[in-house]
Amino acid sequence: MSAVQPATSYDCIVIGGGHNGLVCAAYLARAGRSVLVLEAAAQVGGAAVTHEFAPDYRVSACAHILHQMSAQLIDELALEAHGLRFATTQMPTSALSPDGDSILFGPTGLSGSARLSPRDADAYPRFIERLDRFARLLGSILEQEPPRLGTTEWSDRAALLGLGWRVRRLGRRDMRELLRIGAMNVYDLLQEQFESPLLQGALGLDAVLGTNFGPRSPGTVLTLLYRLAAQSGAGPRALSQPLGGMGAVCDALARAAAAAGATIRTDAAVARVLVENDSACGVLLESGERVAGQAVISSADPKTTLLQLLGAEHLDTGFVRKVSHLRTNGLTAKLHLALDSAPKFTGQDAAALGGRLLVAPSLDYIERAFNHSKYGEYSAAPAIEITVPTVRDPALAPAGGHVISAIVQYAPYALHDGWEAGRERMADQVIEVLERYAPGLRSQVRACELLTPLDIERKFRITGGHWHHAELAFDQFFMLRPVPGAAQYRTPLPGLYLCGAGSHPGGGVMGTAGRNAARHVLAKAS
Amino acid sequence: MSATTHDAIVIGAGHNGLVAACYLARAGLKVLVLERNDYVGGAAVSRQLYENFTYSNCSYVCSLLRPEIMRALELPKYGLQIIPYDGGCTMMSDGGHLAIYDNHDALRREIARHSPRDAEAYDRYSRDVMRQCKFIKPLLLREPPDPTSFRPRDIASLLDLGFRLNRLGSERIYDTLRFWTMSAADFLDEYFESEIVKAHFAGSSIIGTALGPRSPGTAYVLLHHYMGEIDDTVGAWGFARGGMGAVSAALAASLQASGGTIRTGAGIDRILVRNGRAVGVVLHDGEEIRASQVLSSMDVKRTFLESVDEKELPGEFVQQVRNFKIRGSSGKLNIALDGLPVFPAIPAGAPCSRGDLHVTDTIEMMERAYDDWKEGTWSRAPYIDMLIPSQIDPTMAPDGKQYMSVFVQYCPYELASGPWDAQKRQAFGDTVIDTIARHSPNFKSLILHAEVRTPWDIEREVGLTEGNIFQGELTMDQLLFNRPIPGYAQYRTPLQGLYLCGSSTHPGGGVMGAPGANAANAVLRDLGRTVPR
Amino acid sequence: MHDESQRPPHYLQPLLPTPFHPRARALSQLDSFVPWSGYTTVDVFTTVEQEYFAIRNAATLYDLTPMVKYRVAGRDAARYLNRLVTRDVARLKLNRVCYCVWCDDQGHVIDDGTIFRLGESEYRLCTAERQIDWLLDSARGFEVTVTEVTEQIAALALQGPTSCAILKQLGLVGVEQLKPFEVGEFVADQLHVTVSRTGFTGDLGYELWVAPGDALRLWDTLMTRGQSRGIRPIGSRALNLARIEAGFLAPNVDFLSAERTLRFGSSRSPFELGLGWLVDFGKGHFTGRRALLEEQRRGPHRQLVGLDIDGNKPAVNALLYADRAGRKEVGSVSSAMWSPTCKRNLALAMVDAPHIDVGSVVWAEIYLNRELVWERRMCRARVVDRPFFAPDRRRATPPADV
Repeated sequence: MSAVQPATSYDCIVIGGGHNGLVCAAYLARAGRSVLVLEAAAQVGGAAVTHEFAPDYRVSACAHILHQMSAQLIDELALEAHGLRFATTQMPTSALSPDGDSILFGPTGLSGSARLSPRDADAYPRFIERLDRFARLLGSILEQEPPRLGTTEWSDRAALLGLGWRVRRLGRRDMRELLRIGAMNVYDLLQEQFESPLLQGALGLDAVLGTNFGPRSPGTVLTLLYRLAAQSGAGPRALSQPLGGMGAVCDALARAAAAAGATIRTDAAVARVLVENDSACGVLLESGERVAGQAVISSADPKTTLLQLLGAEHLDTGFVRKVSHLRTNGLTAKLHLALDSAPKFTGQDAAALGGRLLVAPSLDYIERAFNHSKYGEYSAAPAIEITVPTVRDPALAPAGGHVISAIVQYAPYALHDGWEAGRERMADQVIEVLERYAPGLRSQVRACELLTPLDIERKFRITGGHWHHAELAFDQFFMLRPVPGAAQYRTPLPGLYLCGAGSHPGGGVMGTAGRNAARHVLAKAS
Repeated sequence: MSATTHDAIVIGAGHNGLVAACYLARAGLKVLVLERNDYVGGAAVSRQLYENFTYSNCSYVCSLLRPEIMRALELPKYGLQIIPYDGGCTMMSDGGHLAIYDNHDALRREIARHSPRDAEAYDRYSRDVMRQCKFIKPLLLREPPDPTSFRPRDIASLLDLGFRLNRLGSERIYDTLRFWTMSAADFLDEYFESEIVKAHFAGSSIIGTALGPRSPGTAYVLLHHYMGEIDDTVGAWGFARGGMGAVSAALAASLQASGGTIRTGAGIDRILVRNGRAVGVVLHDGEEIRASQVLSSMDVKRTFLESVDEKELPGEFVQQVRNFKIRGSSGKLNIALDGLPVFPAIPAGAPCSRGDLHVTDTIEMMERAYDDWKEGTWSRAPYIDMLIPSQIDPTMAPDGKQYMSVFVQYCPYELASGPWDAQKRQAFGDTVIDTIARHSPNFKSLILHAEVRTPWDIEREVGLTEGNIFQGELTMDQLLFNRPIPGYAQYRTPLQGLYLCGSSTHPGGGVMGAPGANAANAVLRDLGRTVPR
Repeated sequence: MHDESQRPPHYLQPLLPTPFHPRARALSQLDSFVPWSGYTTVDVFTTVEQEYFAIRNAATLYDLTPMVKYRVAGRDAARYLNRLVTRDVARLKLNRVCYCVWCDDQGHVIDDGTIFRLGESEYRLCTAERQIDWLLDSARGFEVTVTEVTEQIAALALQGPTSCAILKQLGLVGVEQLKPFEVGEFVADQLHVTVSRTGFTGDLGYELWVAPGDALRLWDTLMTRGQSRGIRPIGSRALNLARIEAGFLAPNVDFLSAERTLRFGSSRSPFELGLGWLVDFGKGHFTGRRALLEEQRRGPHRQLVGLDIDGNKPAVNALLYADRAGRKEVGSVSSAMWSPTCKRNLALAMVDAPHIDVGSVVWAEIYLNRELVWERRMCRARVVDRPFFAPDRRRATPPADV
């Protein structure tokens, strides 16, 4: 290992140039800190990149819709001044049914060809209104550093009381309903509210996308609220498609960070966090280079950061036990299809094609898809969220060509027969399902890529390939995220912080974890 | 119209109804208990359905009945005797087994046969479970506080809860939060590596529950079943001598000794309401009985959707009652045997055969059993919890013969293939018997009589909606201040003078008696009376 | 050798016999056995008094086999142990033994034990309780194997003033050169014995480690050759008296493993147990370090201390008060005895600050049974230094040839 003395020392070293790392770096740099971002890949973005999966066909590698990044963050970092453009915002959602009917969820309410009972039509706006109230409450929690429990610190108690007060301010009826449904499953909640399986399925899919849950799993109302909460913070730019794919968001973030003075180095994979006097003092790169820093802030997932980059020897056994129990296996796959012409989804017009298309015709359909994943199998009838980004952003494909970007639930990280054998079969299976909704699709396919959780793990260095770095379950949420003892962005090792999706409030291209972590680091130092 | 008046009417002579009645009678109230069946006990009964055999044909072990209640109501004096049993065993399809023994060293060596590491992780597991039980135990015999209320009583109770939590220390508060929200499978993964060890302990997380071991929230159900073990007293875990009916019989005797009356064969048609107040009941035969207080030990759906005129209730409340989840997920077989079945998996002389016996290999098998239930069929490979109490309690079967209680998870209330009928019931029973017979070659030849009970049968006979043994799922949205309905978790209802005292209320099901005791407590406090201790 | 198939199954006989069991059973006059870590061991052979005085006057044999033993080996063994325990294991030289404790994240003691360094990267960890669960969880991230070897090693404690002489008589050449906490390999009569100069009596003594197959031969040789030096087997009761005099802590008596406590506040830090000297903050990270630093900064709330109590009635389970009237409770006694050797009434007790310094006075509430009539006494108790009994012979190398 090289013993070369570092030329410079930074106030803050940020490990990982994904969106959370860049957000964190940008805020730290704006506060006057000298910041170095170290990204292992050749370009910034982490899992929020636009990648070329077939010659001249490009697609957002993981998340394909920006629906959670808060308007405040976009404005504060002036991302639009740094080049972020939207191909479209407030994308409509179409829930597809095998018989060709669909429900269209627009900003103004429900429409579409599928027949809805008067009861459903009546219940929907009230349901959404109530969830929005809960989502706004939760939204304020997302921006907050989780308090610690069982301490004697006044600040923790004040934060808890403040939280209690905000819940109380909902009023008695809403508060009771929140306390009831908060831990419920989305299946029961939607059965209580609606009759239409298609409507239930579409709402249910939102609750389980990116998670290890089926609609019958308790906790899925929380994941639904989580999604809505982040969405409500995004304001008018919710459900938008960045021009140039998700990579454009990170490019803008990188420019914002650089403009604020941060240094960003790509092809600079970190091998170890360096420790001196029981405190993080810098990092060792895989190249052998050492970089000194006062604070090391990692946007890598908690297992990678704590068990690999830092190492168990610097941590207590009980804490290591907790970190290794963190559930990090992903269950979501991404399918990319390069098409030679525009896909034709039955009954969907051009406007709908520019939005989200959901294949989740009923809650039972999703639950059955989930069943297989419990036993290490993928489902023959998966639930899918589809976008055709080229409708609004033709530059992503060669002239006349189109791209289908589909998030597929469920694909277990540890496929029983292994992904080498399973990848192609599953891709074929998903195309077969899509073919039912878009007849003739198979003949349009020129190239196909399926990113399984295993691929996501390898490609983006995320343990288990989970989009949220760690499962979004109650026992890994808020003050339990990622584990007690590291839920306030700081780790047990002084000087080492977490700023990735494994921290509160979690993943999705939201950036809030990075922003909260930056705030924590700044408050700590001042 | 009857001229007799009573201070309180208790609907249903199940254990909770009787416990509530006992407390009220001891406080000096004139109490009448009305029971639809011509025997008392509800689901805590000893039935003689086959010559000289006694079946605990619903509930079958007595692990949860609160010792405070047994003591306050002098149940031992009225004949209740709980006898402990030793351990248990899970049998695997490959002929292997995992036994549980009371002796710590025997248990360690037994688990070590499967995984030496798990043998020692078991100590950490039982410690953590006991820590949680210790926290919950004092909450059982208390009214849950209403977190939305500003009444001093609720605020004091909430603060007390917060104080208790805080006293656990930081680490354990987090453990508590995790325990209440995790799935049993994830929880057990944090302790054990051996599939059979995990499967054995996961068993209690699904008993009576319409969730699979992988569903978040099932770690709590597991805990719920451990609650009986906290008292550290010999005999806290075991059989009621004479079957579960002995619990009801002792309660009935205790009630009668303090002046209460029980009428069997007296099903109620409806609860009488005047000006928003419950004033009595009308029986099936039209007889009207008045009382200033009415306590229903029926579940919340039967009470409000079948026994009270909807017009008397707030619309939203009725909707919430409809939304309350009471799901039938369990079946039961009661079998008279001509002798002791042989289980080749269990070594001869091992005392574990006198405990609870299970057949399963992995949590995955249990989860698949749950998947069947979701699709509206009984599990093709069900999870089975069987006991042969006559090995320990000589009163259950004639000498040399054995009574076997078989609890089956999962069995749906409504079949996808249409209503239950005799043929389907038989097929369900055969599935269970075949499952057992795969582990016991002489089992089938010993069967003298078998009673097969589906959730539908349990509902019809005992009155539990959908045959759910807990009168409502034990999920977070239906526990503590949410049980049964947010805002009505303190045994009181929208109708003055009407109280709930069944397992639909906090702290939930099992033959625990806490709901009955807590409800009586609420009634007495509303009447300004002191609660007998 | 024990034939596994001849042994009754665990569900009929949960406790295992040790390799010395045939001799122990033959010599046990009282048939008084107690369970210890899954084995059955002798509580008393003849009388506690005779056995106790043999420890202080001659030589005694105590069957140590049930002590849980782990083999810790591999490239990272030393780093692993250093992260596990509070003491600096890196300084432990080859063929040396050290006493240590290890803690959970909160800095509360999980267990105490000894570490033997038997090779460059080969250690043996002896513990009171089984804890492979914790040891393996601690091994995450280290290149090390941890294996329980309790059944593979038979162990005898040979303790007392004549113990060295007996070993010499056995033909263990050079055994007298072993310093305290040193370990060596010896061969006598084709018997391979590992000898460590360690023990739980605070006296001159050795612990002997052999293959289980050699166990009975070792026992027989010792008993024969040691006869003239007053050797006799002892049970746990007599040993317990000696260890109190030596000021050693007994797990489950003086403290509970933090891995076993149910109530918050019933586990103890090394500082609270008076074992602060085992905590080395300068050696790098170990589990519990950050919590212990914080505790050190805060100062102790309570501490385990030695007491010298007026009168001669052992203060078993006595509550302690700040005042004679018994108004303010300040602690309780965990171990107590009348020491026949020191002629002092001794106790180990957990006492609240500020009554923990040597010289502090507290009052012990002692109950006396006078021919079935119980009387209560408040006895003055002084906090004193430990060990209570520390003869020079325990350290002398070579030991005097008595």
